[in-house]
Amino acid sequence: MSESSPTTSQGFSLRRGIEKVIDFTEPAVVGLIHLCGWSAIIFVMAIFFFVFKESLPAITGLEEGAIQGEVEQLDLVEFTTSPKWIPESAKKPTFGILALMVGTLSVTILSMVIAVPLGLGAAVYVSEFARGKPREILKVLIELLAAIPSVVWGFIGLVVLNPMLVDMTGEPVGLNILNAGIVLALMSVPIIVSVSEDALRAVPDSFREAGIALGANRWEMVYKVLFPAAKNGLLAAVLLGIGRGIGETMAVLMCTGHSVMMPTSIFDPVRTLTATIAAELGEAVRGDMHYHTLFLIGVVLFVFAFIINLTADLIVKGIKVQGNE
Amino acid sequence: MSNELKNPFAATNQERQARKKEKLIQLSTQFITWLLVIPVVAIIIFLVYKSWPALSVEFVTENPKVRMTAGGIWAPLIGTFFLVLVSLLIAAPIGILAGVYLNEFARDNWLTRFINLAVVNLAGVPSIVHGLFGLGAFVYFLGMDRCLLAASCTVAVMTLPVIITSTKEALASVPMSFRVACWNMGATKWQTIRTIVLPNSISGILTGVILQVARAAGETAPILFTGAMISSRVADSGWDAWVPYGLEDRFMALSYHLYIISTQWQNVPESFKFGTAAVMIGLVIAVNSISIGFRIYLRSRKKW
Amino acid sequence: MNYQVEFQDVNVSYGSDIALQNINLQIPKNEIFGIIGPANAGKTTFLKAINRTLEFIHNAKTKGDILFNGTNVRSIRNVYELRRKVGVVFPLPVGLPMSIFENVAYAPRRSGIHDKYELEELVQRCLQQAMLWDEVKDRLHMLGTKLSGGQQQRLTIARALSHSPDVLCLDEFSIAIDPVTTMKIEDVLSELKDEMTIILVTNLVQQARRLADQTAFFNKSELVEYGPTEKLFTSPDNQLTYDYVTGDFG
Repeated sequence: MSESSPTTSQGFSLRRGIEKVIDFTEPAVVGLIHLCGWSAIIFVMAIFFFVFKESLPAITGLEEGAIQGEVEQLDLVEFTTSPKWIPESAKKPTFGILALMVGTLSVTILSMVIAVPLGLGAAVYVSEFARGKPREILKVLIELLAAIPSVVWGFIGLVVLNPMLVDMTGEPVGLNILNAGIVLALMSVPIIVSVSEDALRAVPDSFREAGIALGANRWEMVYKVLFPAAKNGLLAAVLLGIGRGIGETMAVLMCTGHSVMMPTSIFDPVRTLTATIAAELGEAVRGDMHYHTLFLIGVVLFVFAFIINLTADLIVKGIKVQGNE
Repeated sequence: MSNELKNPFAATNQERQARKKEKLIQLSTQFITWLLVIPVVAIIIFLVYKSWPALSVEFVTENPKVRMTAGGIWAPLIGTFFLVLVSLLIAAPIGILAGVYLNEFARDNWLTRFINLAVVNLAGVPSIVHGLFGLGAFVYFLGMDRCLLAASCTVAVMTLPVIITSTKEALASVPMSFRVACWNMGATKWQTIRTIVLPNSISGILTGVILQVARAAGETAPILFTGAMISSRVADSGWDAWVPYGLEDRFMALSYHLYIISTQWQNVPESFKFGTAAVMIGLVIAVNSISIGFRIYLRSRKKW
Repeated sequence: MNYQVEFQDVNVSYGSDIALQNINLQIPKNEIFGIIGPANAGKTTFLKAINRTLEFIHNAKTKGDILFNGTNVRSIRNVYELRRKVGVVFPLPVGLPMSIFENVAYAPRRSGIHDKYELEELVQRCLQQAMLWDEVKDRLHMLGTKLSGGQQQRLTIARALSHSPDVLCLDEFSIAIDPVTTMKIEDVLSELKDEMTIILVTNLVQQARRLADQTAFFNKSELVEYGPTEKLFTSPDNQLTYDYVTGDFG
């Protein structure tokens, strides 16, 4: 019974040596795996910690403020309610992100207005109607949409969409909410398509069969059976699209026209929260109010994204729990 | 009424209308789908057409010259290559091990739910916030200064969640019975993972990692403040042309280069901008095709 | 020390589900010990309790003492050594996605045997014992997963033998294979009895009758009775047992 003891094989064997070393280090490796497993939590907390830490002086006050001898402190009421963002003013810098928030929201909402019908339509077509090769090709092309870098999308908005919009709308410049909305819509469509396709797919085939057995045709089935059943998944898809829209940086930086104003129509240029950070952080000096306020915008974005993703995740989990019942 | 009596299977008016409606819906969803796809194909063709005058071997292999009005895109291209390489070297081991943890070790408890939630949220953090994090954590707090290493670390954190997710999926595709068989033969958990689970899922894991290459290469926001620079002098030939940046150097990157020449820099020829964009899209398509090909190849030689 | 495996007041539960209740039995060495009973009677749990693979099911709880060669399995520190002393064959054949040779050499390698000739000898012996050698000796480098179901089941048995177990546990091994192969394996078991103890969980009552020296009848997580096979089949103490072995059960 004890013939399997390791001492029986004689002579030097490299493989055996390696195996021994690997087995010897097993506790260390398992420890490392656990550590890496927790890394996601560590990084999410670290992101919040460091962005918040750099923004903190704006709230608690700066010793070496613009006016000598006085403690400079960000006016949080002004920060959230003022549409004026004049960070480099020599007299009195103003840090109000209302216009930036409105900019972000208007671009995001417009992009969703375009992307949701397109994305849902495409998801229905790909999952319920398309078959065989065309379906595979469509999926690859939609995946490709998601893979195009955002700076390239920005470039397309700048050099393709911009002149087209000038021609069509007669506005002097084509960099505005509409331009960014279209670009952002194309960027968010793949997310909406893939998440809603998953949601449609998660509807059990028995539902489809029941629908068809009752004499519903394919459209009635999609409309009366699939959509209600996949409702939560579709909602999550839209939320993730919104998340992508709020967080997108380079494309909106290049397509919105980048001017701080409260828009009155979709042909007005705006500026978004993300674009402001991207454009101005390079020039802001570490330690002054402008720099810390930009990080505070980062905190705002982080919190937005966190809430949206948490909600989307809870909704998706909700589907799974329902499905198990 | 009499018609119905003759043929009980004849379509009623209502049915005929419903069928018409179905056809209409199919056509309109089909139209929507092509509406999405055709412009993208058209744009890509347009980009290639516009960049045609600039596209050449020299465009890829030469450095930008004369304030970027001549030469090519070698310096940013090689910079992007090293950015991707270093960030993958950091993110891949952590992400793969984290995926191993979540699929092989984690139990169904609150900690695991918490980790999964963190992965989802990490994936949803806006890229510019990743940039702020990189600046605060790597550049200032760890004192790396703006450099290739700091930018790579930032991009690594950004790509981490997707590597974790795809690793998890690849591992989950290995049947549980293989693991049970090994455990019953007295193999430890780690022995089972490294002799059975990983060898049979490594290709799926790599497919996920490859897809991250494209994403990491295209990102701009996270590297804006952590190490990318507008212009840097890179040797035209020899060893230094291939390895122009050290870990502690600032570097040029393709995405940042495109941003600069299309918004900040004057007098750059149109075809150069389009050429840079076309090369980026070409890289993305190439990487995606590789991963698709890889997937097909794997399916063809499945071991069970 | 007289018994190979001994259960003393063993209770196993998965969360709130009870899988085994108050099990007391002794399995002598070098015997074929049959276990029969309807589905969900706790037969598979019984096997998992012996080599402590229950530990991989996170809500499983074991109470009571299980003695293996007289040692309480709970007190064994090197649980991997214990698992090597117990070979397990499951209902569905599992060929590992590696060559036939590597399938059988897997466990010996893990316990530190890397000498080429030693491994070859061992692989051949195990495959011969499992009556698979003649069919695969020319293609040892073929993937184990590409074999037919019956061959894979014999490969699984060869693998279970490869770590020289004291006890070989078979859990409804014939469920996925043809009758001819089943008969072949049954012959193997009768021969192997001289070298090791065999615990044979089976859904075929007649299989237990053919092979087992002693048989136990499990029902609803409980051990109804056990004793010499002939007695159990002809004059059992319990009416349930009688119904089950005569086919009137349920």
